[in-house]
Amino acid sequence: MTVLRKDLLLELRTFETVPAMILFSIVTFVIFHFGLNQATIDGQLAGGVLTVTLLFAAMLGVNRLFVAEREQGGFDAFLLAPVDRSAMLIAKASALFAFLVVLEVVAVPAFGLLLLGPSLGPPLLGLIAVLALADVALAVIGTLVSAIAVNTRARDLVGPVIGLPLLIPALIATARAAAPLLAVHGSGAPPGKWVAVLALYDLVFALLAYAVFDFLLED
Amino acid sequence: MDQRPAIELRGLTRHFGERTALRGVSVRVAAGATLAVLGHNGAGKSTLLRILATLLRPHAGEVSILGEPLPRRGFAVRAKLGLLAHEPLLYRDLSGWENLVYHARLHGVGERRVEELLESVDMRRRAEDPVRLLSRGMVQRLAVCRAVLHKPALLLLDEPRASLDPAASELVEPLIGRGTGATRVITSHDPSAAVAEADLVLGLKDGRPAFVGPPEKLDARELRELYA
Repeated sequence: MTVLRKDLLLELRTFETVPAMILFSIVTFVIFHFGLNQATIDGQLAGGVLTVTLLFAAMLGVNRLFVAEREQGGFDAFLLAPVDRSAMLIAKASALFAFLVVLEVVAVPAFGLLLLGPSLGPPLLGLIAVLALADVALAVIGTLVSAIAVNTRARDLVGPVIGLPLLIPALIATARAAAPLLAVHGSGAPPGKWVAVLALYDLVFALLAYAVFDFLLED
Repeated sequence: MDQRPAIELRGLTRHFGERTALRGVSVRVAAGATLAVLGHNGAGKSTLLRILATLLRPHAGEVSILGEPLPRRGFAVRAKLGLLAHEPLLYRDLSGWENLVYHARLHGVGERRVEELLESVDMRRRAEDPVRLLSRGMVQRLAVCRAVLHKPALLLLDEPRASLDPAASELVEPLIGRGTGATRVITSHDPSAAVAEADLVLGLKDGRPAFVGPPEKLDARELRELYA
């Protein structure tokens, strides 16, 4: 909780990450609007556009997740403390999850206004569940990738190059799970198969991240 | 002074890729004693401090801190050591108070101790200012507070009085000086000041030990050669 509270406080002081993520997502929706040359979209296309936009916006947060630790000695200070190193994984993943939730609180209604044909009202609960599972995958994999990338010289490049391929299965599952929710006269509940895939992916990467994170902080 | 060694190094070696930063460093420091580590820029002083602080692993040799072998028992000694490094290890966008409370929580220390320390270094008035707005001397005073929050038994001090004016130096003296009773390892570019407060001197030249012994045995010629 201590590290998470510090991360949220730093973001509130600087507004470096979340506003950039939100702005990026809205600009991307506008670009899709003109690029697709369609007034509205729905179904699989809507699921894909929403998921890809959130994924790319999330990468902005992933790239900045450990920057303060690296540039201002936060890693050393944390490693000097008698605390379990996985506390940093949990705190950073929780912070990124929180950033994604704030992003979606703005970006999803903006998507509904700018691009989506059907109303967001009926499928909202199902969509929240799908996005919450997607956010867990983004937060866990993003934290892992960010911890690897931050110690490299080309961290802005390394993050997406490693992170995006790892997130492809989560992207597919999220887009497929969201598609029927965003269809005209679509279902109110996401398809169980894709929700299960997403949940399993979350679980596997959460365990993997827990197992390897200590080694990433090692000298 | 307790004669049980607080620090014991035997043949400590550390590489960075092809470059050897430390080779064959052996020294034994009694509990409560002060070791001054001297040497030119790049001699290996900061690398030695980072190994003692458990932030770097030794590549060869044996390291024991407060009776615990490193790196195997690093977790056990972290609560007992305080590092004052080149960097203050403070977040620039948080205030001094927020930074110190963050570190206090990591070490399981209460806010009362933070208040005491801020008072002792005369930083109460500026405690709510973001660190980025403070002068280097003020930041160094906060860094001293951070390093000693948990009353460590071993103080690792890399240029501890850098950026401090004489008045500020006096303020931090009770926190990092000999009077603390802690075992201290001090590096400094001002050899006379470091030697003056040392019980033992380790001179490093290109990562190798060039002198190990009491300060009175270090003559002016040897001192000059360390910095040549």
